[in-house]
Amino acid sequence: MGDAANGVDAQAERFAIGISFGNSYSSIARISADGKAEVIANEEGDRQIPSVLSYIEGEEYHGTQAKAQLIRNSGNTVAYFRDFLGKDFKSIDPTPCHASAHPQQSESTIAFSIRDTPSETPNSATVSEITTRHLRRLKQSATDFLGKEVNAAVITVPTNFADAQREALVASAKAAGIDVLQLIHEPVAAVMAYDARPEATVTDKLTVVADLGGTRSDVAVVACRGGIYTILATAHDYELGGASLDQIIIDHFAKEFLKKHQIDPREDARGLAKLKLEGEATRKALSLSTNAQLSVESLANGIDFGSTVNRTRFELLSGKVFAQFTGLIEQVVKKADLDVLDIDEVIFSGGASHTPKIAQLARNIFPEKTAILAPSTLISAINPSELAARGAAFQASLVQEFDHEDIEQSIHPMVTVTPHLSKAIGVEFTSSTDTTFQPLLNAETALPARRIAQYVAPKEGGDVLVRVCEGARDIKVTKPEPKAKEEKPADDEDSDFSDEDEEEEDIREIVWKTEKPVAELAVKGVKAGAKIEVMVHVNPDLGLQIAVREVGGSTAVRGAINGSA
Amino acid sequence: MAPVQVVNISLPALPSGWSAEKDFKPVGGLSAATQRNIEAVGPHFLAHARRKRHNRTFSEDERIQAKQNVAKTEDEENMDISEDEDPAMFTREAKDWKGQDHYAVLGLTKYRWRATPEQIKKAHRKKVLRHHPDKKAASGKSDENDNFFKCIQKATELMLDPVRRRQFDSVDEAAEMDPPSKKQISKGYFKAWAPVFHAEGRFSNKQPVPQLGNDDSTQEEVESFYNFWYNFDSWRSFEYLDEDIPDDGEGRDQKRHTEKKNANARRKRKQEDNVRLREMLDEVMAGDERIKKFRQQARAGKDAKRKAKEDEFKRAAEEKERARVEAEEAKKAAEESAKADREKNKKAKEAAKNAAKKNKRVLKGSVKDVNYFADGEPTASQVDSVLGDVELIMGKIDVDELAVLAEKLTIAGKDGAAVKSAWSAEGARLVGAGKVKEGELKAFA
Repeated sequence: MGDAANGVDAQAERFAIGISFGNSYSSIARISADGKAEVIANEEGDRQIPSVLSYIEGEEYHGTQAKAQLIRNSGNTVAYFRDFLGKDFKSIDPTPCHASAHPQQSESTIAFSIRDTPSETPNSATVSEITTRHLRRLKQSATDFLGKEVNAAVITVPTNFADAQREALVASAKAAGIDVLQLIHEPVAAVMAYDARPEATVTDKLTVVADLGGTRSDVAVVACRGGIYTILATAHDYELGGASLDQIIIDHFAKEFLKKHQIDPREDARGLAKLKLEGEATRKALSLSTNAQLSVESLANGIDFGSTVNRTRFELLSGKVFAQFTGLIEQVVKKADLDVLDIDEVIFSGGASHTPKIAQLARNIFPEKTAILAPSTLISAINPSELAARGAAFQASLVQEFDHEDIEQSIHPMVTVTPHLSKAIGVEFTSSTDTTFQPLLNAETALPARRIAQYVAPKEGGDVLVRVCEGARDIKVTKPEPKAKEEKPADDEDSDFSDEDEEEEDIREIVWKTEKPVAELAVKGVKAGAKIEVMVHVNPDLGLQIAVREVGGSTAVRGAINGSA
Repeated sequence: MAPVQVVNISLPALPSGWSAEKDFKPVGGLSAATQRNIEAVGPHFLAHARRKRHNRTFSEDERIQAKQNVAKTEDEENMDISEDEDPAMFTREAKDWKGQDHYAVLGLTKYRWRATPEQIKKAHRKKVLRHHPDKKAASGKSDENDNFFKCIQKATELMLDPVRRRQFDSVDEAAEMDPPSKKQISKGYFKAWAPVFHAEGRFSNKQPVPQLGNDDSTQEEVESFYNFWYNFDSWRSFEYLDEDIPDDGEGRDQKRHTEKKNANARRKRKQEDNVRLREMLDEVMAGDERIKKFRQQARAGKDAKRKAKEDEFKRAAEEKERARVEAEEAKKAAEESAKADREKNKKAKEAAKNAAKKNKRVLKGSVKDVNYFADGEPTASQVDSVLGDVELIMGKIDVDELAVLAEKLTIAGKDGAAVKSAWSAEGARLVGAGKVKEGELKAFA
């Protein structure tokens, strides 16, 4: 009753954001009124908010301010705690916390002993409690920015987050006043951040998402079929990330310092912390410019230090680490039983993806047609650090209006576990000279599925045969040269279309072979120059309905094949 | 709708000799599928989930979604406002805006206080499109009268200001619902009163407002309804009726005087309004059958309780009485039986005494009948010794033994030897039992 302007009906409605909660950095995003994802800056202006909390005299510091405390107040600073959530002490790797508050066992969970009150005696704060505090700060930043109480979120998690970790995260979020609508996988969020752009079209594609974070790297192969995503394979490296690159910078400057002053700044905890903090900034600067500076006051023994490094030097030093990144990507493609030729795009996500050299190396691995979505290879690429948060925000905008029950029912395995086509289905073209195959439904398409395609009829018209077949892609080595890589045995996996526009110097290419005919249909009396529309509908039980008609024609030839089930 | 791929490869011609029923020839099935987990994200997944959960096919789902979308646009169109103006409104002077019905000017009389700001904006736009002075000039009626347009502008300005809109709504007589007449009430009590409370509810600071309900409302609902209305928190105010304060700059006293008068008038009206509401509530409550019903129920409940208590008390008393009577009867019976026993005992004793007497007589008679065991006339000493022994034995034996002995003696009759042996045997038994000393007996030794 009454009008909204009177403020009479201020009902608590759901207001959801997307949160990317990482070990090193977290981001928050929201879909703005015009449908664009917008990553929210916190009160300090950071869009990548360090997942760090620090306490001085009971005062809580968060984000960049807290990160700076790693130098002077490392004992009361909690960092890199995301992966500890919902785990027991035995199964965690505490290495990243070496220079901050150390994780300790506390009953069945993990806690940090910190002085988070004005009193001198340290308190034990469980990792769940720390997460709650962190999320509460993120929520506050989002609320301040949007001017409206945020009370729900979609949060991204790594693909290998166990159920216990998920539950712990949901519980922590709830304690922070955030209703978790859904937890979604980081790589899929990244794919969605690209696919949710208004200019994007729904295509069938195979995407490699390389999420190169601060302390760990995760790579996944995601199949996108008609807008539905399926993860085909994942690979994780818990020791590889931005920190590995920072270490190279640190070592480089430490050696320089050592040479000058005969003191190793890495031996002093505070010196190392300073170098780490500045080294990270230098490494980031190198991603943008070819030269970067590092200056630390009182690095060791009160000696100030300032120096520069150029990108080439850095890239030379980091060769081994870069190889690890590319190796991880190649490994996951192999794990998915695919070939690099099958991959349609590579999305670089996570902070370390800013490093230009990594994307350039990936460019060399993948064929020309594969899109490499990283800032250094594509102007229109989205900031890799923001991908997960944007994807989460997009999902949040989709499910915001749904009831909890509705969401739960939708993400139930009953709904999400679906049969996927093991082989591509397409149409075979026989001409006088050769036989070609055109895939219509690619392998790994979730069922049920429906596709429609139009084909050109022969110029002279008349009766036409449509042969629907299962096809397999083969990798053919057309021009073997001495340098050529060894041919890989092709599996029954697919890619998009056969690459007709392939360049001549390419050695390997995809060819399609008819494997098994499924059905034949005839369209009679087709007009000259007309088009034939083929619609294939595959049921979950592998039954098919096929309809073929002349575009503009009234009658269609239909047929069904019963499923095997 | 799935996007249509267009492929520029020409299909092969039908080979000669190819034939199939209905031009369709199934050849084979598909290879086995792999089960995989799809990611629960994105609009296409939501469509997939919707189809799967509701068991819809692609085309069904598309149709249902399309229908829903259509319904939404229809709603928007229905919101459109088209009310024709009362010709009397055109003759109004713009400066008398205070007296106009703003909702009527905007064509929102159907909605009044329910109209959303969105609707007001739309209505304003619609009216402006028709009544803008330039439109009039274009149609040739250039009478230079833009009064109605000014009215529209004024109405919109006021309606879009939440504070001023409330002021107007407070005194919007057209939205006022008069209490129903007796006749209306007689037709249906709740039907008559419900719209009144619905209308009054618009002034409530607390939303939603509990409704009057019907015959079936629970006591709790009814109580919360009356509690709400007796503690009604209203935003109704009467600034709109204030007398205009002349702001000609002179007459500051005059201005203060008017202000004071206005404040008083507002307070008075507010009080009157409160009184009106309270009186109305009293009337409603007095006529509310439900209250009576609940009271009766409560009373019936109380009566039932009291009755139960009384019954209980009565029952207890009866129980006690019965117990007492029973106890008395038992006592009486016991007494009687005791008396009977006593009498019986007495009789038995007497009978025993008689029997003993008789037996003793038999005993005494037995020795007399056998002539005191003497042949011929017994001597006095003989009689003495025999009788002495008889007395001694009789004194020593009890009633039963006496009876046995008497029987034996009766059997013996007048046979002197048998009688003597019976006596002697008895004497010997008594000696054996130690009741008589050896030698004490003389005749029956």
